[in-house]
Amino acid sequence: MPKDSGIGASSKRREDVRFLTGTGNYTDDINIYGQLHVHFLRADVAHAVLNGVDTSAAEGMPGVQRIFTGADFEAVGSIPCGWLITDRHGDPMQEPRHPVLAHGKIRHVGEPICAVVADTLAQARDAAEAIVLDYDALPAVIDMKDAIGADAPKVHDDLTGNLCYDWGFVEENRQAVDDAIKGAAHVTTLELVNNRLIANPMEPRVAVGEYNRADDFHTLHTTSQNPHVIRLLMGAFVLGIPEHKLRVVAPDVGGGFGTKIFHYQEEAFVTFAAKALNRPVKWTSTRSEAFMSDAHGRDHVTKIELALDAENNFVAVRTETYANMGAYLSTFASCTPTWLHGTLMAGNYKTPHIYVNVKAVFTNTVPVDAYRGAGRPEATFQLERVIDMAAHELGVDPIALRRQNFITEFPYATPVAVEYDTGDYHATMDKLIDIADFAGFDARRAESEAKGKLRGLGVNCYIEACGIAPSNLVGQLGARAGLYDAATVRVNATGSISVMVGAHSHGQGHETSFPQVISEMIGIPEDQIDIVHGDTSKIPFGMGTYGSRSLAVCGSAMVRAAEKVINKAKKIAAHLMEASEGDIELKDGRFSVAGTDKSVAWGDVTLAAYVPHNYPLTDIEPGLEETAFYDPANFTYPSGAYSCEVELDPETGHVKIERFCAADDFGNIINPMIVSGQVHGGIAQGIGQAMMEGCAYDSDGQLLSASYMDYAMPRAGDVPFYTVDHSCQTPCTHNPLGVKGCGEAGAIGSPPSLVNAVLDAINSGPGKKVAHINMPLTPSRVWAAMQ
Amino acid sequence: MYAFEIERPTTLDAAKAAIADGGQALSGGQTLIPTLKARLADPEKLVSLHNIPELKGISTDGDGRICIKGATVHRAVADGASGYPALASLAARIGDPAVRTRGTIGGSLANNDPSACYPAGVLASGAVIVTDRREIAADDYFLGMFDTALDEGEIIIEVKFPVPQVACYEKFIQPASRFPLVAVFVAKFADGVRVAITGASGEGVFRWTAAEEALSANFTPEALDGIAMDSSPMIADLHGDKAYRAHLCSVMAKRAVKNAK
Repeated sequence: MPKDSGIGASSKRREDVRFLTGTGNYTDDINIYGQLHVHFLRADVAHAVLNGVDTSAAEGMPGVQRIFTGADFEAVGSIPCGWLITDRHGDPMQEPRHPVLAHGKIRHVGEPICAVVADTLAQARDAAEAIVLDYDALPAVIDMKDAIGADAPKVHDDLTGNLCYDWGFVEENRQAVDDAIKGAAHVTTLELVNNRLIANPMEPRVAVGEYNRADDFHTLHTTSQNPHVIRLLMGAFVLGIPEHKLRVVAPDVGGGFGTKIFHYQEEAFVTFAAKALNRPVKWTSTRSEAFMSDAHGRDHVTKIELALDAENNFVAVRTETYANMGAYLSTFASCTPTWLHGTLMAGNYKTPHIYVNVKAVFTNTVPVDAYRGAGRPEATFQLERVIDMAAHELGVDPIALRRQNFITEFPYATPVAVEYDTGDYHATMDKLIDIADFAGFDARRAESEAKGKLRGLGVNCYIEACGIAPSNLVGQLGARAGLYDAATVRVNATGSISVMVGAHSHGQGHETSFPQVISEMIGIPEDQIDIVHGDTSKIPFGMGTYGSRSLAVCGSAMVRAAEKVINKAKKIAAHLMEASEGDIELKDGRFSVAGTDKSVAWGDVTLAAYVPHNYPLTDIEPGLEETAFYDPANFTYPSGAYSCEVELDPETGHVKIERFCAADDFGNIINPMIVSGQVHGGIAQGIGQAMMEGCAYDSDGQLLSASYMDYAMPRAGDVPFYTVDHSCQTPCTHNPLGVKGCGEAGAIGSPPSLVNAVLDAINSGPGKKVAHINMPLTPSRVWAAMQ
Repeated sequence: MYAFEIERPTTLDAAKAAIADGGQALSGGQTLIPTLKARLADPEKLVSLHNIPELKGISTDGDGRICIKGATVHRAVADGASGYPALASLAARIGDPAVRTRGTIGGSLANNDPSACYPAGVLASGAVIVTDRREIAADDYFLGMFDTALDEGEIIIEVKFPVPQVACYEKFIQPASRFPLVAVFVAKFADGVRVAITGASGEGVFRWTAAEEALSANFTPEALDGIAMDSSPMIADLHGDKAYRAHLCSVMAKRAVKNAK
């Protein structure tokens, strides 16, 4: 019998009432009396020396308050990168200055050059058209391998070249891996592209800056996944505003997918300009701006080698990846292709020798940073594709080859520096085979063939690392921030509860699932509990939401804070019932004395805490509010097995996804419906990457996929009905809820099975055999590969 | 968007006067409005054709032709052109419901996007475009990408479609825009077969005369075997190269013949 509340219940998402009835409060809904509007004049060339900016004709145009240029920001800090990577040779990465507005040089199409602030947006746009830029175009650097060639133009003149870093992991293992590959019975080599993506959250980025001259106080309203991170980065590194004079508010946010983690120039600009003009300043991105200013995702070019012994045991994996940084280092750009990618190269397999090399490269393109999965999809894709390829080369069953090499004993320390606490990869594979009806595949293939179509089945496994992770460890790895989270549980006098959390909900359903946990712990109804998030003036210093970390990290902080609350409440209850604290039990919202019929209600105890007439004032303070900071001991390691069935039209190359099945192990589950929704959304994005989405630049650095006319996003008709299962549960051993995180799994786990399925379909036909096709597998690419 | 004036006349004469006075005709706005929003056009005055009863409706004339007024929206054609099922089917598959509720046949033909659906239906049907000044045969109307026989300020009043014995519109969509990557309209009349292709050529919609000859002799998909499409005028872009588009012309034409009714 499914529960109807608390942990394990599919409670309906309470936040959807406002989202679905048009009563949400998004950043663009915020309009402040006296606000001005900014329009950014953005670069339409990819690379140029910017000799000067003539704003004279624009200055006097109607409504114009002020026009800012790069010169106005010379004394302002650089937009910072949050992670320092140390290269193979022990040297720090090259870290260029990232100005708020371009100054002296233009480095990518879409880079902001001037900011026109006017009474209305139309006036700002009109004036921007009267600005004259004086620049000399330079050859653009677009292809990564060209970019690190000896004669390549430099994106940043003050750096030694376009190589940001050359990272080896684990560098000490390099020789052993080389030796293992030399001595292997079979080596499968795959060269592939992990395609560049544009995140396209439904809500574009928005920023509204406010300044109160009387208090010298700044407020930034922004579309962020992590308001405290923005306050830290912008306040400390860019604008020099102390924390107590800066409030960052991220209200309802319409999707993030990673691209709203980062601190962007527009946020610093509106905050800066609000003070300079002593008026609120608002910016709302157009969709066109979003394409060329939101950080892009993925964009790896990789060669992977998988070595096997004569019995088909994996003996070594060696990879070489070129990772595109774009023109500047976005907030977490440097760690995505390294620590979030290299550490996952063991996958679900007991490969003893692994070496990962990553060359991060500057190009004249939009900065690239974390996008749903961030490094882990790139790791999973190459590994699961090369395993499939090896299975076909060796003539063995791809599932059997995987099973033979599964890690089966936990904890398991990989050769790439992480320790998996729990998992059961055979169990998820068994579950997948069950729910996907592999037994009926041959009959379905025959039906497709009777219609002149080809049918393919693809499978893959995945492992990911979520809940990033012990602060002392990430500090050693180069993180410039801690990665704990925080929660305050504030019990009100009548017993209702407000929980202030550092995590930020922008689609994840925290407002529903977090109260389920508190409800379970105390035994009061979920509707007595509310979550407060997204405002640095209200919440404790938490690090926000990304990397599937909210429940594992912030949820754990909330549990710790609630435990403190319950412990204190038990002291109060013991006093009220004149019993020993050790005998007090809390169940269904009542405190009772073990072995007696004495009890008091939750609300009586909370009232006593705030009206402490009969209260142990000499022992404990009044009030009932506790805060906890939680720093995880390890990452969590969700895993799973996915399969996909496709039907391919050989005449056109069109692929229809007929079935998609996912068997995930997320550890314990708080709200199964929300977990299913997260997996559905993740798979949809994986389908987007694998089949449709492809960001493309021409050799001059013009963005070819700059609108929905050319950048294909999946629509409802492009995705199948999913079969998802999360009944395989090996709880995390090191957080109090035993949870692992589910937000990114679908996007990480789905692209390999999609590509494996299409190749299986092609190779089941009478025509040419195809070993690999780079994503996205558009009809034209599939058809061309078959010719 | 730049500032502009807008007039909403309720008679054709008033619209003609406003356009003669320098106004830019605005029909369904499915191309013009995005163009304005991107500041790629700067008309001083728009003249909406949306409120003119004379420009709306579907009828059958004395020659049995299906006559569609210029400001008739796609959805109305999808629902109302039952006398020409292939044309109704074409209209039913343009864009999405929002586009079909606003977009008009006259707007589509005046714009002549090289990937639009209606030009294929009009050209394959041998339709007649009736303007406020004259009648233009489809074969004389489409002059290339975004180019038509219309003069400045000329308004499409009506399009008259002869109804073929059987016809079919087969569309293969471009995955991002959902416009045709290649789409083929095949129409079989008593005196021969017409085949029009949209999406494929940089010159816009065109007739595939070699296929027409073969199909006029033998209206079967097999009749197109061995008839190669010249790939040189084809569009090459992110979504398909010239060879792919040329190949799709053949595939879609065969499917249209097979499914014609």
